[in-house]
Amino acid sequence: MIRRAPRGLAEHAPILFPALMLVVFFVIPFSLMIAVSVFRRVPGGFYEPDLVFANYERFLTAFFGGVMSFSLGLAALVAALAVGIAFPFTYRLVRLSRGAQIRWLVFLLSILSLSEVIIGFAWSTLLSRTAGITNLFVALGLMAEPQSLSPSFGALLAGLVYQAFPYTVLVLYPALARLDPYLEEAARTLGSSPLRAFFTVVVPALRNTIVATTIMVFVFALGSYLLPQLLGRPQHWTLSVLITDQAIYQSNMPFAAAMAVFLVLVSLALVGLALLAGRREETA
Amino acid sequence: MNETTGKQGLHAAMTGGIGRRTVLAGAGALAAVAAIGFPNIVRAQSKTLKVGVYGGYFKESFEKHIFPEFSKATGITVEAVAEPTGEAWLVQLEQAARARQAPADVSMMSQVAMLKGAAAELWAPFDLSKIPNAAKVVPHLVNKYPDGKVSGIGAVSWYITLVTNTKSYPQAPQSWAALWDPANKDKLGLLALVSNSFLLEVTAATFFGGTKHLDSEQGQLDCFKKLAELKSNVKLWYRDEAQFEASLKSGEIPMGQYYHDVTGLAAADGQPVRSTFPKEGGILDSGSWAVTRASKAGDLAHVFVDYMCQPSIQALLSRKVGTAPTIDRKLTDLTDQEFAAVSSDIPPIIPRYDLYQSKSDWLNQKWTEMIVG
Repeated sequence: MIRRAPRGLAEHAPILFPALMLVVFFVIPFSLMIAVSVFRRVPGGFYEPDLVFANYERFLTAFFGGVMSFSLGLAALVAALAVGIAFPFTYRLVRLSRGAQIRWLVFLLSILSLSEVIIGFAWSTLLSRTAGITNLFVALGLMAEPQSLSPSFGALLAGLVYQAFPYTVLVLYPALARLDPYLEEAARTLGSSPLRAFFTVVVPALRNTIVATTIMVFVFALGSYLLPQLLGRPQHWTLSVLITDQAIYQSNMPFAAAMAVFLVLVSLALVGLALLAGRREETA
Repeated sequence: MNETTGKQGLHAAMTGGIGRRTVLAGAGALAAVAAIGFPNIVRAQSKTLKVGVYGGYFKESFEKHIFPEFSKATGITVEAVAEPTGEAWLVQLEQAARARQAPADVSMMSQVAMLKGAAAELWAPFDLSKIPNAAKVVPHLVNKYPDGKVSGIGAVSWYITLVTNTKSYPQAPQSWAALWDPANKDKLGLLALVSNSFLLEVTAATFFGGTKHLDSEQGQLDCFKKLAELKSNVKLWYRDEAQFEASLKSGEIPMGQYYHDVTGLAAADGQPVRSTFPKEGGILDSGSWAVTRASKAGDLAHVFVDYMCQPSIQALLSRKVGTAPTIDRKLTDLTDQEFAAVSSDIPPIIPRYDLYQSKSDWLNQKWTEMIVG
């Protein structure tokens, strides 16, 4: 195996295609968005090319600060819950027989084929008073009368975690499948309980995978704009919902772009911090 | 904007739940194809007019009941273009016009979109001498530029009324004031945007003697304050009508504002729902035909709009599409029952479209802070 930096055009060629894709599908659209975010809004009309910061000023208020913090907090909570559930689940999954693993993975992949709209409607029906799960509890004698559980924060959280769960498992699966089983066996042989072996050997060995997966789910949840409308009350609307309102319903592209730029920058900063913290721990 | 959203969402619901994004994607693709411009080659050989109507139920009904008759009568082929949700279509038309392209020659536009388009001089003025039937259209449904040139002509109207689930409410409510009744805590479904719910107008008409109260900023703040009082009654602020319609039928959300025509259709299907014109009036919203300045088919567009303004076609629209006529009812042959299915004789609440153009950002901000805060 060659262990030196690639030299010359030929050796760099394999990365040209992904680099090109990155430029075409990320750098150019993002630059356009930054450009539009400093354009001037024409009230009651469209927008004109300009260099103004009014769109950012409008965003820097307590109101949008509150919405932003809620969005970030919600995404963090979803990421923590999804990884918290998916990690033990995947840990068990990779120890099943090959046939059982394939069945589970096919099942999870089929959840991925559901659109956000269908997931939202399914959960709001499941949590409704008239047709929901509380009717089952009443039939079982656990509750006096059926209740409506949606829209609420809990309903929104459940929907988002449900949507993120298959992605989380699929990202964790390869790393957990490759984990050397002797590591854990050694810990058990040396006398640690299964639970202790899991937390002191398996989890630390896969810390980087866990951090990367958490970041992925965080970013994924941050972009959600349909489930908050379907399963949440207005105080649970994320910044993405307000961006949609501005872009589609108010045709205020400059303000929508400014909010989106801000959201991207803040999430990039948070991801950077998380990675930095991870690296520092590693060297310590 | 928002009546478009309304119409499209509910029609998607009726046609079996086409996702909003499916419609958007489809419309986007159509617009992209149209913007490239090859349909123009076809047009040179035959008389073809591209007509934009809201995607989903509207487009299907027009293609089934209206366009074939029009082609038979005039020899002009209609190519129906699905308009996307919100103001996206206005933005697309404007950007295409800058490139001298017309994704559609004639489009059905909401009233706020008409005003915004007029501000950018997007609409080619109509020559009324070529549209004799336009004289029948109710004056407030003819859109004009400040200099008096005609920018748009009323296409269809529809009502947003007070709707209830008949099992939860054996008695129909009489007034919009029912929305404020503390007994209705957590029972309402209302539209989520200031510019499609028209609840400021409803508040002004119900408690402040009419929509003139919204003339001043103080009046607008009065209405916001009064509206904030009903927040605890609202279970759902909806953008997607399919969501509210299902909940209204099941009784999960037994009261709210919704479209009169669709509620009537659901009731006719045996669903336990009813639409009531409150004593303050239903909200009368409408769409107008407008021609983009980039269109090269202006003459055909005039023929089309004239055809659509005929009393017989307006009656056909009421019967087949469920819209209210844009001309005086007496000119049509609609029976009392047919008219009641789409309209009412109670004077309507007419939205203050002017405000959503002149103060849209301020109203939107206040509104969002009110319902989110």
